[in-house]
Amino acid sequence: MAQIRCCTASGCRAAGGDALQQALQQARGHQGLSPAALSIKAVGCLRLCGRGPLVALDPADGGCQKLYGAVPPASALALVQLTLAPHAPGAAAALAAHAVDGDHPFFALQQPVVLEGLGRVDPESIDDALAHGAYSQLQRCRAEARPEQVRACIRRSGLRGRGGAGYPTGLKWDTVALQPPGPRLVVCNADEGDPGAFMDRAVLEGDPHRLLEGLAIAAFAVGAELGYVYLRAEYPLAIARLRRALRQLRQRGLLQGLDLQLRVGAGAYVCGEETALLASIAGGRGTPRQRPPYPAQQGLFGRPTLINNVETLAAVPAILRRGADWYAALGTGRSRGTKVFSLSGALPHTGLVEVPMGTSLRTVVETMGGASGVKAVQTGGPAGGCIPSALLDTPIAYETLAELGSMLGSGGMVVLPEGLPMPQLARYFMGFCAAESCGKCVPCRAGTVQLAQLLDRFCAGRGSAGDLQQLEQLGRMVQATSLCGLGQGAPNPVFSTLRHFRHEYEAACGGAPR
Amino acid sequence: MTALTLTIDGELLAVPPGTTLLQACRQEGVALPTLCHLDGLQPVGACRLCLVEVEGAGRLMAACLGLVAEGMVVRTDTPQLRAFRRLTVEMLFAEGNHVCAVCVANGACELQDVAVAVGMDHVDLTYQWPQRPVDASHPRFAIDHNRCILCTRCVRACDELERAHVWDVAWRGSHCRIIAGLDQPWGSVEACTSCGQCVDACPTGALFDKQETCGERQPRPQRARLHRGGLP
Repeated sequence: MAQIRCCTASGCRAAGGDALQQALQQARGHQGLSPAALSIKAVGCLRLCGRGPLVALDPADGGCQKLYGAVPPASALALVQLTLAPHAPGAAAALAAHAVDGDHPFFALQQPVVLEGLGRVDPESIDDALAHGAYSQLQRCRAEARPEQVRACIRRSGLRGRGGAGYPTGLKWDTVALQPPGPRLVVCNADEGDPGAFMDRAVLEGDPHRLLEGLAIAAFAVGAELGYVYLRAEYPLAIARLRRALRQLRQRGLLQGLDLQLRVGAGAYVCGEETALLASIAGGRGTPRQRPPYPAQQGLFGRPTLINNVETLAAVPAILRRGADWYAALGTGRSRGTKVFSLSGALPHTGLVEVPMGTSLRTVVETMGGASGVKAVQTGGPAGGCIPSALLDTPIAYETLAELGSMLGSGGMVVLPEGLPMPQLARYFMGFCAAESCGKCVPCRAGTVQLAQLLDRFCAGRGSAGDLQQLEQLGRMVQATSLCGLGQGAPNPVFSTLRHFRHEYEAACGGAPR
Repeated sequence: MTALTLTIDGELLAVPPGTTLLQACRQEGVALPTLCHLDGLQPVGACRLCLVEVEGAGRLMAACLGLVAEGMVVRTDTPQLRAFRRLTVEMLFAEGNHVCAVCVANGACELQDVAVAVGMDHVDLTYQWPQRPVDASHPRFAIDHNRCILCTRCVRACDELERAHVWDVAWRGSHCRIIAGLDQPWGSVEACTSCGQCVDACPTGALFDKQETCGERQPRPQRARLHRGGLP
C-alpha cells in the first residue's frame, strides 16, 4: 500500500509539519483517494532535523522510499502524485529541490538500534507499535525467563549508562535486584537538559512504547512493582505522547501489576542528577545529596531504586530480541553497542545519528554531517569539553573522549566553526552552570559565578597572567569540592579549552582593552 | 562487630559503628571547621568545609555525612584541603555582604570564627555586593539576607525540631534565598510559633533578636541556653 510518512516530532512541527500533514490529507481528498488507498502516517523523527518538515514516501509499487525535506504545504499535491506514480515526471520535477539523498552517508552509515522504530512507528498508536513488535520482549521475559536471566543478558551485552556516566547497566540492575527483600522501584531519567542534546526527546516523541517496554523489562528484572518516568516540562509533546502511551498500555492490560507513572519536573537542569531527580519525584526541592548511599541501595522513598536514562532503557528490547552477543559485537573496547548523537552547530546536516561505538568523530561530523572548516567538536554538554579538529580521528568511546579531557556525555555533539573564540564558549557553559546551580553547596553556587566573571575578562581581552592562574586554581577547587556532578563538571569546558586552545587565553592577557 | 578502627591524621582510634567521620574527628580532638552542620539536625554536606581525604576514595568526602568504615585512613589537614577551605570561606565572604563592624553577631559569629581558623586574612575573589533585603516584619526577630550564607540550619531547625517548616530555600544558584512561608513577610506566616530556634541555629547574624544591637549577641550555645534552652 502506498504510504506517506510525516515526521511529527518537535523539530519538524516547528518547521511547519502540521500544516504539511493537513495539506497532504486535503490533496489526498482532491485526488478522490481513501485513506486505505494512500495512508498518511504520522511518525517520529526522520533524522535530518535541519531540513524539516520531512516526509518519506513509500511508493505503491513497493519501490524504494524517497525522502523530501523542507517541503511547503503547496507541494502536497506533488507528493501525493509521486507516491502513487513514482515516475510521474511533473511531480518529480516540482519536488526536485526538496529531494533528500537517502543514500548519503548521513543515512547510510547509521545503525539504528535505539532509533529503529523512529520514522516507522506511529507514536500515538499502540496497535501500530504492537505491529512493529513492541512489548513482544516484555511478554517473552514474563513467559519464559527468570529475572536473573534477563539481567545476565544485559550484563553480557556490555550496555553502559547512556546518560553520560557510563556505569555498566547490568551491574546496576544486579545491585538493585540483590538488595534485601522488600519493595524496590525503577525510574527512567528523561530529564534531558544538556544544551545541544535532543536524543531522548526524539525517542520520547517518536517511539514512546519502546521506552515503556524497556522500563517494564527493567522492573521485571529487578523485581519492582512501581516505576516512574521523570520528564521535564519543556517537552510538552513528549509528555503528551508518553501520557497517551501509558493510558493505552493500561487499557490493554499489558502492565500486569506493574504501576508506571509520569512525573513532570519544572525544568531544572540539576534534576537530571539522580539524587536531585529522586528528591523532586518525592515532592521536595530538587537538590542533590551526597552519595553513598547510592540510589541502588537507598533511593526513592528510601527504597532500592534503579535509575536509567531513556536511551539505555530503549536499547533493552532490541538487545533481548537480537541477543546480547549481537549487541556486544557492535562497538569497541569497553564501549559496546551504538550511541545516538544529536548533531548540531556549524554543519549542513543537523539531526539525529545513531552509530556504533568506535566510529570516529570525523566520520560523524565530516562524512555524515558534511561539516568543513571545523575548529572543534563540543561533546558532553556543560560538563564535557571540546575536541580540536586535529584529533577528530579519535574513535567515539567513553574512555577515549575522557582521555582527551571531554566526555561522551548524553550525546549532544555541537560542531564549532573556525573563528569561534574558545574563552567565549567556556563562558557560555559557565554561565549555564551558574544559572542552573541549585545553590546548595558553596563551590558550585559561588564558585561558578567567580569563574564566569574571570572568563568575562578573557572574553573582553582584559585577562592577566594572574587571572589565568586564579581560573585554574578556582576551577580545580570547584571540581574537587562540589557536592554533585553539576559543580564537579562545571569547570570541564574551561580545562578542556585551556588544554587545547591555551594560546587563545594567553592572547587575551596583557593586551589593551578591546 | 562492636567497634571500627580508623586512622585520622596518623592517629589510630576506635569508634562504634554508625559514627560519622566528623564525630570521629572530634573524638580525636581534630577541629574540623563546619558551618552547615549543627548537632541535633540532619547533616546536609552543603558548606564543604569539613571535606576530608579518605585513602582509596576517588573524591573528597564531607565528614559530616561520611560514615566510618573499618580501616579507613583519613587525612584532614593537607595543603590542598587547607587551600580549598580558605577558598570556600572566601567565596562566602565575596558572595554576601558581610560587614563585621556593624553586625549584631560580631564576636559571636561562626563565619568569623571559621575565617580566623582557616587563616582567611583577605579576599582575593571578586566581591559581588548583591542587593539583598532585610525582613523585620516579625514582632521579635528579623532576617538580614545580606548576612545569610544559606547553610539551611534555620530551615532544618524549624522543620525537624519545631515541626513548623516556616523556612525553605527558593530560587537557584546565586539567586537562592531563604524564604518564610510562601515567600511572604515573616511576620505574616501563621505557622511561625516564634520559638526562636532558627535564630539560635543561625551561625551568622542573618537571623537575630530585635532587641540585640551591634555586637550584643551571645555566642551559641550560650545564647540558646540563655534565651530558650532549645538547641544543644
